Amino acid sequence: MLDDFLIRAALGGIGVALLAGPLGCVVVWRRMAFFGSALAHSALLGVGLGAVLALPMTLTTLAVCLLFALLLAGFQEQRLLADDTVLGIIAHAALALGLIVVGFAETVRVDLVGYLFGDLLSVGRSDLVWIFVGGAAVLAALVRLWPSLLRLTLNEELARAEGVAVRPVRIMFMLLMAASVAIGMKIVGILLVVSLLVIPAAAARPFARTPEQMAGLAALVGALAVLLGLWGSVRFDTPSGPSIVVAASALFAAGMVWQGVRRA
Amino acid sequence: MSGTLVAAHGVTVRAGARTILREVDLEVRSGEIVALIGPNGAGKTTLLRVLLGIVRPAAGSVERSAGLTIGYVPQRLRLDPILPIDVRRLLRLAGRSRKIRLQTALREVGAEHLLDTSLHDLSGGEFQRVLLAYALIREPALLILDEPAQGIDLAGQIELYALIERIRNQRGCGVLLVSHDLHIVMAATDRVVCLNQHVCCSGRPETVSRTPEYVHLFGQRGADRLAVYHHEHDHRHDLGGRVVEPERAPPAPDA
Repeated sequence: MLDDFLIRAALGGIGVALLAGPLGCVVVWRRMAFFGSALAHSALLGVGLGAVLALPMTLTTLAVCLLFALLLAGFQEQRLLADDTVLGIIAHAALALGLIVVGFAETVRVDLVGYLFGDLLSVGRSDLVWIFVGGAAVLAALVRLWPSLLRLTLNEELARAEGVAVRPVRIMFMLLMAASVAIGMKIVGILLVVSLLVIPAAAARPFARTPEQMAGLAALVGALAVLLGLWGSVRFDTPSGPSIVVAASALFAAGMVWQGVRRA
Repeated sequence: MSGTLVAAHGVTVRAGARTILREVDLEVRSGEIVALIGPNGAGKTTLLRVLLGIVRPAAGSVERSAGLTIGYVPQRLRLDPILPIDVRRLLRLAGRSRKIRLQTALREVGAEHLLDTSLHDLSGGEFQRVLLAYALIREPALLILDEPAQGIDLAGQIELYALIERIRNQRGCGVLLVSHDLHIVMAATDRVVCLNQHVCCSGRPETVSRTPEYVHLFGQRGADRLAVYHHEHDHRHDLGGRVVEPERAPPAPDA
C-alpha cells in the first residue's frame, strides 16, 4: 500500500497536519507566526549546509532551525529593538545566507523549488518514519508543556506567580517549533510551512470553546486540507504544496462565511 | 511571629536609577484584610510582585510562613479573544481539582451558573468573581488582589468587597488588596497602608484617614469622601446586574 506515492503523500501530509494543528494554535495565541516564518527561512540554510557538507538534510535542517530558535530567544531578552524588527533582520539574513550556501551545492540547485514550495509527491518511506516518529516526539513534549503554555497565554504575571518557569517554557516551545518546521518543510516547503501552522488554527478558532477543542479542530482542518489539496493537485495538475495551502485557506474562508451567516 | 503569613522587611526596589520602593515594611496576618492604597506610580503593584516572588528586591527581604499558598488575582487581566476558553476550563487549569471543588469555589463567589460560559462573554464583575474562584481553588492562606474592583460600578464594588469579607470570614485567610477606591476600601478593610514609594502611614482606616500624611497624599477631598460614603438603596444588584432580594442579600459592609 505504501508503494503508492499518493498514499505516502497523504500519510505524510496528514502526519504533518496532526502535528501542526495543536502547535499552530499556540503560535496563533502567542502571536508567533512571524517567528515561525523566520525559522522557516533559516531552514534553507540547513538544506544548503546539508548539500555542501554531504550530510542528511533533515538533520542539518533540524540543527540550523534549533540554532536559530535559540538565537531568536536570545534576542528577545533585549529591549532596544522590537521582536518583529529582530525577526525581520534574522529571517532575511538567514534566507540570503541560505541562498548563497545553496549556490555552492550544485546538486541542490535543481531541487530549490522543491524545497521552497514542498514536494509532497516525492515523500518516501524514510520521510514517513521521520514525520511520524519526530512528530510524535514533538507532540508528546507539547502535551507536557501545554498547561504552562496556557497559563502563559492567559496572563504572564499570573503564570509567574504560580511558579511557571516562564523563560524555559518559552524557549522550549521555540525549539518545538523549530523541530516541526524542520519536519514540515519536506511536505509544504520552506515558504509555506508557516501557513500549515497558522491557517488551520485560525480556521478552527470560531468553532472552539476550549483550547483543546481548537487544537483538535485545527489538526482536523489541516488533515482535510492535505487531502483536498492532494486531490486538487492530481485533478488539476497543480503543485502539491501550494494546493494544500490554498485548500486550507478555502476551509478558513468557508468557516468565516459560515460564522457570518450564523450570526446574521 | 505567629499568624504572620507574609512580611516585607525594609524592601527596596530600583528600576535603573529610579527607586520604586524605599525600605517598605509590610505584614499580613491570618484573617485580616489589608488594603494597600496610594497614588499612581506609588509602587503598589511592585510591592505585590515582590511579595509574590516575581520581583527580587534590591535590598530588604520577604518572609513567608512555611508552605504558604497564595491566591493571586492580577490587575486588569486582559483576555485575548484569540484564546477560546470557558470558565470550566480556566478553573481546571488552577489545579488538579475535582469537579466538586470547582463548583464549591464558584458557588462561594456566587457564580456557579457561569460554569459553561466563555470567559469572553463575562461582564467585568463576573470575570472578577471567576478569577477569585480560580484563586480560591488552590485553597490559599493568603489572597492577593490587585485592584479587584477596577471597571466595576459602585454597587458592584460594594458587592465585591462584601464577598471578599465573606471569604475571609469563612476561610480565615489573610487578604492583601490594592485599590484606588478609597471610600469603599476604608469601609471594608481592617488595616490600611498608604504607599507612596515608602509607607506613608498605616493603621485602622478611621485612624489613617485623619493623619496629615493621608490628607497630604490624597488631599482634603479624598479624606472627606470617606465621610460621604453611605450607600442607600431600596434594593441591591449582584455583579451581574440582577436585582437581589433584600432578605437574601449579604449584609452591607459597615460604612
